[in-house]
Amino acid sequence: MKILRALKTVSLAIALLGFLAPASAQEFVAIPSLTAHVTDQVGMLNAGQRSALENVLSEYEKRSGSQIAVVLVSSTAPETIEQYSIRLADAWKLGRKGVDDGVILLVAKNNTAGLGRLRIETGRGVQGVLTDAQSKRILQDVIAPHFRQDDFYGGLAAGVSAITSLLDKEAFPAPQQGTHKGQNSFSWSPFLLFLFIIIITIARSRGGRGPRGNYHIDNWGNAGGVILGSAIGSRYGSQYGGSSGSDYGGFGGGGFGGLSGGGGGFDGGGASGNW
Amino acid sequence: MKKLMKWLAIATLASTLSACGYNDFQAKDETVKAAWGEVVNQYQRRADLIPNLVNTVKGYATHERATLEAVTKARAAATSIQVTPEVLNDPQAFNKFQQAQGELSSALSRLMAISENYPQLKADTSFRDLQSQLEGTENRITVARQRYIVAVRDYNVLVRSFPSNLTAKIFDYPVKPSFTVENEKAISAPPAVDFSK
Repeated sequence: MKILRALKTVSLAIALLGFLAPASAQEFVAIPSLTAHVTDQVGMLNAGQRSALENVLSEYEKRSGSQIAVVLVSSTAPETIEQYSIRLADAWKLGRKGVDDGVILLVAKNNTAGLGRLRIETGRGVQGVLTDAQSKRILQDVIAPHFRQDDFYGGLAAGVSAITSLLDKEAFPAPQQGTHKGQNSFSWSPFLLFLFIIIITIARSRGGRGPRGNYHIDNWGNAGGVILGSAIGSRYGSQYGGSSGSDYGGFGGGGFGGLSGGGGGFDGGGASGNW
Repeated sequence: MKKLMKWLAIATLASTLSACGYNDFQAKDETVKAAWGEVVNQYQRRADLIPNLVNTVKGYATHERATLEAVTKARAAATSIQVTPEVLNDPQAFNKFQQAQGELSSALSRLMAISENYPQLKADTSFRDLQSQLEGTENRITVARQRYIVAVRDYNVLVRSFPSNLTAKIFDYPVKPSFTVENEKAISAPPAVDFSK
């Protein structure tokens, strides 16, 4: 009986813990999942406008390789728009890895002016052309005037074209067509090497069974195989296991593939504003 | 047989070495250093913006000599501190650095507040650009500090937990200082916050 009671309390405690944990995590607004270039959670755009904007952005990504996303949320409270936006940027990792050419245009429609309602979050790589000052100008001089007249689509479209025309000034690496295929065929080579070494090791140990004098060399051959094999194995693991999310992210390139971040880095640069 | 024992011994030694977290210390120590480098880098970026900012404000706000001088002085004090990676193993030097940057932050925030009283200054394009650059950099500082805090927390947990704390003792990996909440308030207050007054 005692055991039963103890079990009951334990399970109650666990249930309570489980209940409390999500409650504390829910304080912040959740990050939407990355499915398209345009994410509209407030219904600021109608279907036609959304797909028009989506086309512009995915065309741009196909042409230049740079990833730009437009995100419309209701509110970021209790966080400021900057805090929410860097969380979003870190989660999505827009832009190509190493080039870091991702841009997020974020609108928090129902935020108070104190938290900020507009933000351009710039990847590290684009900050040479899309400086903080330029971002601020786009927000204040291009987007805000449209928004004040409730012309959300006009503001976003004008903002996006201002961003793309600035990005065009920088010579980013050209988008790599068919990177996926190249990486896939490359990923076989460690496998083959590994297999090769295993075969050699086995062959050697088989061959070495005979005369006693060979034992010495045979042992080293084995050890060499193991060392090499583990080295390659660990390299393989770190390269394809650890960062597979960002490495293989690739580019949705519009169409059906959806969208995934390429592994770009953000450092909090950009500008915030209101309308 | 002897050979086999030798290999076995090496293998056990290698596995205990990785079990006691020696390699983790290497990795996390480097992560902390990189995060700290980013913090320093962004503070430096802010310091580099200040001469231009002061010059621009000077052109319009001629009566604000005291505020301008305070900013220049605080900047000089902040940049005079030598920042080496060793700062991370010296809590006192770390606090000194933090305090100097905090004073610069508050001097800057006063400067941005008085600039509100000069409509011509506010309309000046180069002032507007500098202001947005400063805002952006303040946000970069916040992000870099946040990432540093996370990296240090990760590292300090390793230093303190068993059995890796023994490794930390043997190889001398002390707990690293982090930005505290008290200082957080002093430093991370963005300069442009006082605009309503």
